[in-house]
Amino acid sequence: MSTRLATGGRLLNKAKQVTFSFNGKQLTGYEGDTLASALLANDQMLMGRSFKYHRPRGVVASGAEEPNALVNLGAGGKFEPNQRATTTELYDGLSATSQNHWPSLEFDVGVVNNYAARALPAGFYYKTFMAPAAAWKHVFEPIVRHSAGLGKAPKDRDADRYEHYYAFFDVVIVGGGVAGLQAAKTAGLAGASVLLMEQTAFWGGRAPVDGGEIDGKATDDFIDATVTELEAMDNVTLRNRMMGAGVYDHGYLLGYERLTDHAPALAGPRHRLWRIRAKQIVTATGAIERPLSFAGNDIPGVMLASAVRDYVANFGVSAGDRTVVVTNNDDAYRTAIALKNAGLDVPVILDARATGGGALAEEAKALGIRVENGKAIAKVKGGKRVTGVAICAQAGEGSVLEDIACDAVAMSGGWSPVVHLWSHCGGKLNWNEKYAMFQPDPNRPPLSHDGNPFVVPAGSAAGAQTDTDYEGFSLFETLRTAHDAANKVCQALGLNVPDLKTPSVSEHDEVALEPVWLMPQGAGTKLRMKAWLDYQNDVKVSDVRLAAQEGYESVEHTKRYTTLGMATDQGKLSNINGLAVLSDALNQPIPATGTTTFRPPYTPISMGSIAGEARDEVFQPLRRTPIHDWHEANGAFFEPVGQWRRPYCFPRGSETHADAVKREINQTRNSVGLLDASTLGKIIVKGPDAGKFLDMMYTNMMSTLKPGKCRYGLVCNENGFLIDDGVVARIDEDTFLCHTTTGGAERIHGWMEDWLQCEWWDWQVFTANVTEQYAQIAIVGPNARNLIEKLGGDMDVSEEALPFMAWKDGKIGAFDARAYRISFSGELSYEIAVPASQGRAFWDVVMEFGKEFDIMPYGTEALHVMRAEKGFIMIGDETDGTVIPQDLNMQWAISKKKGDFLGKRAQLRDHMASPDRWKLAGFETLDGSVIPDGSYIVAEGKNANNQRNVQGRVTSTYYSPTLDRGIAMGLVHGGMNRLDDVVEFNKVDGGTVAARVVDPVFYDKDGEKQNV
Amino acid sequence: MLTLQCPYCGVWAEETELHAEGEAHLKRFGPESDDADFESYLFMRENPKGVHFERWRHASGCGKFFHAARSTTTLEVFGTYSAQTLEPPKDIKDKISAKYPGWSWREFS
Repeated sequence: MSTRLATGGRLLNKAKQVTFSFNGKQLTGYEGDTLASALLANDQMLMGRSFKYHRPRGVVASGAEEPNALVNLGAGGKFEPNQRATTTELYDGLSATSQNHWPSLEFDVGVVNNYAARALPAGFYYKTFMAPAAAWKHVFEPIVRHSAGLGKAPKDRDADRYEHYYAFFDVVIVGGGVAGLQAAKTAGLAGASVLLMEQTAFWGGRAPVDGGEIDGKATDDFIDATVTELEAMDNVTLRNRMMGAGVYDHGYLLGYERLTDHAPALAGPRHRLWRIRAKQIVTATGAIERPLSFAGNDIPGVMLASAVRDYVANFGVSAGDRTVVVTNNDDAYRTAIALKNAGLDVPVILDARATGGGALAEEAKALGIRVENGKAIAKVKGGKRVTGVAICAQAGEGSVLEDIACDAVAMSGGWSPVVHLWSHCGGKLNWNEKYAMFQPDPNRPPLSHDGNPFVVPAGSAAGAQTDTDYEGFSLFETLRTAHDAANKVCQALGLNVPDLKTPSVSEHDEVALEPVWLMPQGAGTKLRMKAWLDYQNDVKVSDVRLAAQEGYESVEHTKRYTTLGMATDQGKLSNINGLAVLSDALNQPIPATGTTTFRPPYTPISMGSIAGEARDEVFQPLRRTPIHDWHEANGAFFEPVGQWRRPYCFPRGSETHADAVKREINQTRNSVGLLDASTLGKIIVKGPDAGKFLDMMYTNMMSTLKPGKCRYGLVCNENGFLIDDGVVARIDEDTFLCHTTTGGAERIHGWMEDWLQCEWWDWQVFTANVTEQYAQIAIVGPNARNLIEKLGGDMDVSEEALPFMAWKDGKIGAFDARAYRISFSGELSYEIAVPASQGRAFWDVVMEFGKEFDIMPYGTEALHVMRAEKGFIMIGDETDGTVIPQDLNMQWAISKKKGDFLGKRAQLRDHMASPDRWKLAGFETLDGSVIPDGSYIVAEGKNANNQRNVQGRVTSTYYSPTLDRGIAMGLVHGGMNRLDDVVEFNKVDGGTVAARVVDPVFYDKDGEKQNV
Repeated sequence: MLTLQCPYCGVWAEETELHAEGEAHLKRFGPESDDADFESYLFMRENPKGVHFERWRHASGCGKFFHAARSTTTLEVFGTYSAQTLEPPKDIKDKISAKYPGWSWREFS
């Protein structure tokens, strides 16, 4: 059984007991425990079920690389799935449940998959669900969906707060082990601004567990002294519980700080995402131990040797009473020695190397531990817990030599440097034959904007340097490379490197490992089918070999076919072993197979931290017109238009939106209505060449416009497609004011600037986007003039003084106003601009004086309906980025005199002149109903995809209160040549609705109402 | 996420502060041009692996359009320069030549 030892536990505060629950069971641990160590202390080795076969799984590792011990944490708004028990710090009241089982962890129905494992090989899904097509929807998909996913998706709103934090440093060091600390000290003394981050709660990494002495003192003392030294430096920032999540272009680095996960009662945000620009990055991210591939290596109780040792040293927890150690290197002997020294039994150390180990092996033997060289595990016995191992010769095919009873297995297949951050932004790797690992190639680092390297690996993360005679990941080399890395970044920063010596170290010499990718070497199919590579996704040696056999030679393809390394642990334990097996199957060296791509984040980060503060009202800025508050106070139903909110309508009492729109239209058509048009884009174009410039921007002639007059214009892009429209007013000889659509203001302003800055930079024109400088209010309807005259002021707004398509400055009431006689409704209409600061006051006055005309505001829906009744186009309805003005019968707005304008050349292309283009027409349903939005005009026959042929589509469709019937505009093959034809629009229910092709101007064809 | 220095206001801007505006040094073909030239102006782009010239706009800054010369593979930036020029400045071309002898991009080398 796994249990708490009487002694040990350097990270624990044994004075403080902590209560937590696992699957509803109340358990206790100590402050300083992780959830994994506390569960082990309570003999809860079984922590989850695997994804595909639902095999019972226990914890394998002690850190971020853990693939098995994933749990659901918390409840309600604090619920989060797939949390690693090994990186979850224990706190009072923590509540965890295990995942991927039904009805319980101990007894799981899905485990039938395990017994059917032979029928579920690599690529099972691809091979099985091919046909018949209908079976996918009704049979396969429901089954797959039911079994997909490990944890549950949260159902409630995230109750926590998250934030982003921007930071800038000369040097960021990722990893607070002895290498990171040493590098921080060197860089700190050189005067650089330094950030040192460590993903766990404590400093020093695994050096204190592994032993050795630095400068004649225990590693713990070196760590404490260095942290104290760093804390005293003003230019050094230390952050623990913060992971380097990803390295990106030009020194951009994401730091994921977990502020309250270990103590939810703390105030403040739960996670903080640091968005850092670093001039130089040191990756002191350490190394991860590899599992060995032998049959039954996933049975709960089989763990990484380093993890077994961590649990003893850090948490005073034993994984088992009798632990068999199996290894291909010297490091695992440390585990055997630690276990023995803790009073636990180590029946045997199986060393796959025929020649055995070095000094550590001698020490183990001296402690009385039996050591078997050249031996291996044939298979592990047990179901939900290890009960023993069968041992065999590594060189053979697995003939059992001896059975040994045990309740834990500590395995070590060697170590892989954590090269993720080095690789994220393009750092390349070399295969180190001697130590069987990929390591950073110092000659091919990630490059920054200046073409110089910006990432330097340090310590174990740098791998082994082949030009030195050290063996393995020695403490000395760790400190030496850290010091060198810091020197390198200081030089790159132009700082004087401090005169520091690498500390002296005393440690055991190690002899080299022997690569072992399969145990025993000649294991047959039966054993290979039980030798796991990827625990989380249930990928075995046999799966990778099958993939190779079926032609998946690229490691990237094999990964996707078998799902090797595609789980939430991203193959931290499995990838190297997997590609070694693939290389063996393909009969090629490992570097020829290569690695899959390392992608950020290093371990999953919370969605909340990615969003940061960007939720609810701060998700994006809201633009408000000067009259917005009035709309809000008067019950407006808003719709988003770009970043604005515009009133869609102003429902009264229990009125429906449709009724409100109808009322607003009838009032406007019969008396007077009011529209807040402040969101319309307003761009000043000024300068001696302004007219010439606008002649290029608009399809029609603007330079001939007289001051005091307005002209409607169309804007096209160089593809000839219509992108915006609006009324241009000439203010004086040199100045124009261009109205754009609400959504187009910034875009059209940018478009103008683009041509002025990059093409015609010698033209004398300035532009300014003054959209928000004015409140613009449209007073619309037959009583509009009567109302304005009642407001007083000095402006003559009579037909003679201010005719249709003219504008005028003056006083309306007490307000400085500019009145434009323009109409988007077909009614007598004045759009009146006043300074934004006076917008609300002006609106209030108009509402007050308008009472006798029953004045009411109208919203965007009434605006849309009224313009559609008049056959006016709307950018975004009648246009979709593929429509040219000619499609909309707007030849009248395209100058034939101008030699050039943007879009002119494109409109000359033969496709644009084709008589087959769909063109604008109006439509009236025969039964008076409203054509559904998005409807197509169907044609005879079907196309190659068995879809109904079409000959056009609706672009605007409304119920017209004025005509009391459905009206529509649309694009149809033949356009207005089809007048009086009856066509069929499809409906959502599968039927069609018949409509007659008519003139799109449904109301006041001669313009008698607006031009008065 | 790239950083580029705006040659107008001098700010080292994050990519999120900028707006990518496509390929640099396009020559506009207008109404008198033939179909081939116009097609090339509208649609044909370089998409190189390596040295590239782009237009950017300091959209959330000074608003200016500018040019950037950079490597699409190493992300090295050889320099940024005014949009009001018909070809890359000599010092930037020399810098590229030092790194990539014999490079060429459209009519420039």
